[in-house]
Amino acid sequence: MKYIDEFQDPQLAARLLDDIRSAVTRPWALMEVCGGQTHTIIRHGIDQLLPDEVELIHGPGCPVCVTPLEVIDKALEIASRPEVVFCSFGDMLRVPGTGRDLFQVRGEGGDVRVVYSPLDALRIAEENPDRQVVFFGIGFETTAPPNAMTVYQARRRGIRNFSLLVSHVRVPPAIEAIMQSPDCRVQGFLAAGHVCSVMGTEEYPALADRFRVPIVVTGFEPLDILEGVRRTVRQLERGEHLVDNAYPRAVRPEGNPAARAMLDDVFETTDRAWRGIGVIPDSGWRLSARYREYDAEHRFQVGGITTREPAACRSGEVLQGLLKPHECEAFGTACTPRTPLGATMVSSEGACAAYYLYRRLDLPARSGAGAPTLEGSSVV
Amino acid sequence: MCLAVPGRVLGVEERDGTRMATVDFGGVVKEVCLEYLPDLQVGEYAVVHVGFALQRLDEESARRTLELFENLGMLQEEFGDPWEQAARTGQTEEAERAGRAAPAGGDDERAGEVRR
Repeated sequence: MKYIDEFQDPQLAARLLDDIRSAVTRPWALMEVCGGQTHTIIRHGIDQLLPDEVELIHGPGCPVCVTPLEVIDKALEIASRPEVVFCSFGDMLRVPGTGRDLFQVRGEGGDVRVVYSPLDALRIAEENPDRQVVFFGIGFETTAPPNAMTVYQARRRGIRNFSLLVSHVRVPPAIEAIMQSPDCRVQGFLAAGHVCSVMGTEEYPALADRFRVPIVVTGFEPLDILEGVRRTVRQLERGEHLVDNAYPRAVRPEGNPAARAMLDDVFETTDRAWRGIGVIPDSGWRLSARYREYDAEHRFQVGGITTREPAACRSGEVLQGLLKPHECEAFGTACTPRTPLGATMVSSEGACAAYYLYRRLDLPARSGAGAPTLEGSSVV
Repeated sequence: MCLAVPGRVLGVEERDGTRMATVDFGGVVKEVCLEYLPDLQVGEYAVVHVGFALQRLDEESARRTLELFENLGMLQEEFGDPWEQAARTGQTEEAERAGRAAPAGGDDERAGEVRR
């Protein structure tokens, strides 16, 4: 359990919490779709500071976690080739494919390099014209523009030994899929702030209308999250379902037009599998026809690799709020961040890993079938 | 990985036909692409994600965020050595499996250690 005095401005945090408490008259289930927000919520115990009526469901917002096992296996296959320099963000090193991870591939002699920016990978390609340099392009709308710009630059500058292994995902189709699920319990969304820094807020009013859910654009710091929750709860109590921006310091309604134009040029939407959830129509981006020659899946002919997810993993239920991480039989035993069975234990931004890192010592010991039910589980 | 960190522009230049800047993140200086915010000026702040400036920020909110990230060790997570971090994730867990209990009340430091 964390304490309110750890907040940057404890008085403001206390005022926001008071306001939420005074507004709430019945149970509400809110979902955040952003791994950074999930991490902040668990790290600072925000879900425990909120009144019992307000439940936070940790949605599929961690890009590392939702990247399908199959794509990881393709990455491992490509990274193992002697002619390849495989570049990735550090988060992907420990994500297990079938049997191993990039960290092990490097130990076995693979040239795996961690870069801060995809442009660093392009520079490596330029400096090593006799090697094939591949960048692992995963992430939501926030990370897609940097990767798009890098492919655009490769083409513009004629750097042909560079390619991108693409597994980008988009938030609005995920919200749609979650709301269409028969078991859906979500009544309001905290939309991911930096996704909206790029995309703006134009995609959300249609979703808010159609599913009658408030969608509040929310930042990543503890106070931002409290403010996002406060605005969502206020709307719910008033029976409203509007798109609201609680993160205006970094989000403008139109987003970043230059970045959106680049996304439209370099990528096209495609159906994409989400680890722990399954295929969501139009939820991904792949390289458009003009850039197809920079697609690592084509260049290295790894399209034939298909992998099934382990059946023991219940992350799909966690991502829909039907199960809390510690209620899973495998949590902390068969499934840990080092040996994750699935999506949500994979990265520290996943709900299971965040519980494991920050809360496992506080959790009551599980006693067989009598798994503890959390206060919000009676919410329909 | 979705962490976007506020940074202050120290200098701007064209490189290989691309608008680039040197940007200060609370003491860590990195190269950042400005193609998506081409009118960003020296002294201004922006939200930066994986080496790209994505949206302008006012100075006060940028400073507050940087201070918070520094206190939480998040700048180290973002800019530290990822190989070391990945190796440590494995080692810490293996130590736990070997039966070493976590120090009482040390939850937060321990969690920090796992992530750093």
